[in-house]
Amino acid sequence: MSFIVNLVLGLLFGIGLVVSGMSNPAKVLNFLDLFGTWDPSLAFVMGGAVITAFLGYRIVFKRPKPVASASFHLPASSAIDRRLLIGPAIFGIGWGLGGFCPGPALTATTLGAAGAYAFLPMMFLGMWLARMAAARKSAAAAA
Amino acid sequence: MTEFTPVASTIGGVLIGLSAVLLMAWEGRIAGISGIAGRLLPPYLDGAFLSRLAFVLGLVGAPLLYTVATGHGVFQSVSSNLPLMVVAGLLVGFGSVYGNGCTSGHSVCGLSRLSVRSLVATLTFMATAFVTVFIVRHILGA
Repeated sequence: MSFIVNLVLGLLFGIGLVVSGMSNPAKVLNFLDLFGTWDPSLAFVMGGAVITAFLGYRIVFKRPKPVASASFHLPASSAIDRRLLIGPAIFGIGWGLGGFCPGPALTATTLGAAGAYAFLPMMFLGMWLARMAAARKSAAAAA
Repeated sequence: MTEFTPVASTIGGVLIGLSAVLLMAWEGRIAGISGIAGRLLPPYLDGAFLSRLAFVLGLVGAPLLYTVATGHGVFQSVSSNLPLMVVAGLLVGFGSVYGNGCTSGHSVCGLSRLSVRSLVATLTFMATAFVTVFIVRHILGA
């Protein structure tokens, strides 16, 4: 059952990316090009998503627990540490180079662009390297 | 040039937000794509692998569903500079997981929970992305 629900929610998220235009890297790069061919659309994607999530979460968090799990799994950390600056800084450079963040890179899987197929496996490699690096860092901190 | 699409972009954004809300209601998890996709790789620390796989399969299948449902193809324009895309993919994958989130986890789910960490992360990656595009397009002239 959880498999079906997650599949449907992934489809919904992906349809949102497609309808909003965020699945198109050219549109993302034009949003980031304030001093050139600026396309403010992405701000409307963010606005629509954040307002919907803000209102929806307020309703969801009134319940004692989610439907299919014993508790809500929310990030516990509130520390502003180096990882929180280094990671997003690196992510932003890659996002500005290719116009893909992880969601749109995944929706591009079936769309046939060579650039997306160069991007995707390297994205997963980068994700794995980051998990290794983070695990080493926390092991070193615990030692 | 790309066309300014405030209505379609807002509707798409609402669908993304709705997906995030329903995932929280169902499983109590953040709809962060870098977190979901990154945990498809080992090590596996919890029993949610199949759920994550299903969500990613949904993302992958979404353009096909869109095309079947509307009769319209999904247009995208991707750089054909493959070395550039290889580097971009590596940076996006590493940076998003190392920083515990990307556009979805920090900007959509985090900002809507009024998380200060997510605000810092969002401002940081927006800043480096704006600067990167400025350098590539207006200084290097690519």
